[in-house]
Amino acid sequence: MEIRTVFHKKLREIQDDVRVMGSMVEQATSRSIEALRERDLKRAGEIIADDLKINRKRFEIEEKCVQLIATQQPMASDLRAIIGVLNIITDIERIGDHAEGIAKIVVMIGDEPPLKPLVDIPRMAEKANDMLHRSLDALINHDATSARQIAAEDDEVDNLYNQVFRELLTFMLDDPKTITRATRLIWVAHNLERSADRVTNICERVVYMVTGKMEEIGVSKY
Amino acid sequence: MPPANDVFEVKKLNVWYGNFQSLRDINLTIKRHAVTAIIGPSGCGKSTLLRCFNRMNDLVNGARVAGEVLLNGQDIYSPAVDPTEIRSHIGMVFQKPNPFPKSIFENVAFGLRVNGYQGNLEEAVESSLRRAALWEEVKERLHKSALALSGGQQQRLCIARGLAVEPEVILMDEPCSALDPVATLKIEDLMRNLAESYSIVIVTHNMQQAARVSDMTAFLTMADDRAGILVEYGTTAELFSNPRDKLTEDYITGRFG
Repeated sequence: MEIRTVFHKKLREIQDDVRVMGSMVEQATSRSIEALRERDLKRAGEIIADDLKINRKRFEIEEKCVQLIATQQPMASDLRAIIGVLNIITDIERIGDHAEGIAKIVVMIGDEPPLKPLVDIPRMAEKANDMLHRSLDALINHDATSARQIAAEDDEVDNLYNQVFRELLTFMLDDPKTITRATRLIWVAHNLERSADRVTNICERVVYMVTGKMEEIGVSKY
Repeated sequence: MPPANDVFEVKKLNVWYGNFQSLRDINLTIKRHAVTAIIGPSGCGKSTLLRCFNRMNDLVNGARVAGEVLLNGQDIYSPAVDPTEIRSHIGMVFQKPNPFPKSIFENVAFGLRVNGYQGNLEEAVESSLRRAALWEEVKERLHKSALALSGGQQQRLCIARGLAVEPEVILMDEPCSALDPVATLKIEDLMRNLAESYSIVIVTHNMQQAARVSDMTAFLTMADDRAGILVEYGTTAELFSNPRDKLTEDYITGRFG
């Protein structure tokens, strides 16, 4: 017989909030790449402005967690769930900052002509977003196996990053006039690479919440 | 010989009240100079287990105990052992403070007088009251009635009374359930300090209290026939953050009652 129904309902609400915050960040990341591709400065400005909403969402969730700890004295898996969420929202917020970072690079690039068609950078964004989405599924489903699996996929993003870096390097070697534009694209790729690293942190927290063990999984090459 | 850091060793302890089995096959060790909490739902045998440590169950009609309870390696249930002698090594504090209707001083001096204490009674009383963190509050009115003290002070007086006879172990059965939150925190603080010199075993319904004060926690529950069984025993930090057993998890997170 479940006794603490009210408390557990609140805990589920917090996890739903984390899912909402995750969606906000996924959207920011994909919109930032669209803005980059389309040289859409207006959209870039919106992403930068919307980052405040993501930050506020994070504070809202944090506040709810603190209130639950203060008033409900959670124990065992409940305690780990709340501590896990507190850590996870920090990483989600940082992923939002990376999206904002890309939008700022878009503003910097302005209406400069594209150096080359974007291929691997959108793939990185897609992969990072997919990993984020599934890591939050793992959170909600208490699925440590998936969490470990997702963290291991960070290698794919690292490989793409490496590929982008090498390709842009050839442009710069061929024609030093491309250095500014190429460097900015490397910054974009770096933001995405960091986003995927943040997802591995989220995965570590999910493993902790489920198993009670703090373990480092998927050590990034970068 | 038991390891020197264990004060009690319980081996295959079974307790019956008439035909009803209250505890079944309990095995655990109580660490010296630590606070050990016993938690579990009502009727799981927490208090019965506590009362086995000073043979208080002998006083219950129809109670029968099988198995061993070793105090420093000696079975306190062996026929050669005098239960009164055992109880002089093991103080007990109950749910409701139960001071004698005497002065504060006489309450603490009582056990010493009974034992024919030859030393300086005033010094011994003061020392006990200090160790129970009560001295500063009562030093001006030692010869006033103990019954005039607040509930929290009375409970600390009962602890001082127990300390006066220099016990090795202090058993506490829900020592704070009749106290307000401030008095409760004072007793909890006192328990932490006393654990430097004594071994404390506490039964509590308040899981947060167990989490706050204890070093080790034992979780008991009832089997299908309602006999109390030990589900999990370990460090308090581990048991409350990452219990090994699903039954413990369900109990401390309120998913089972």
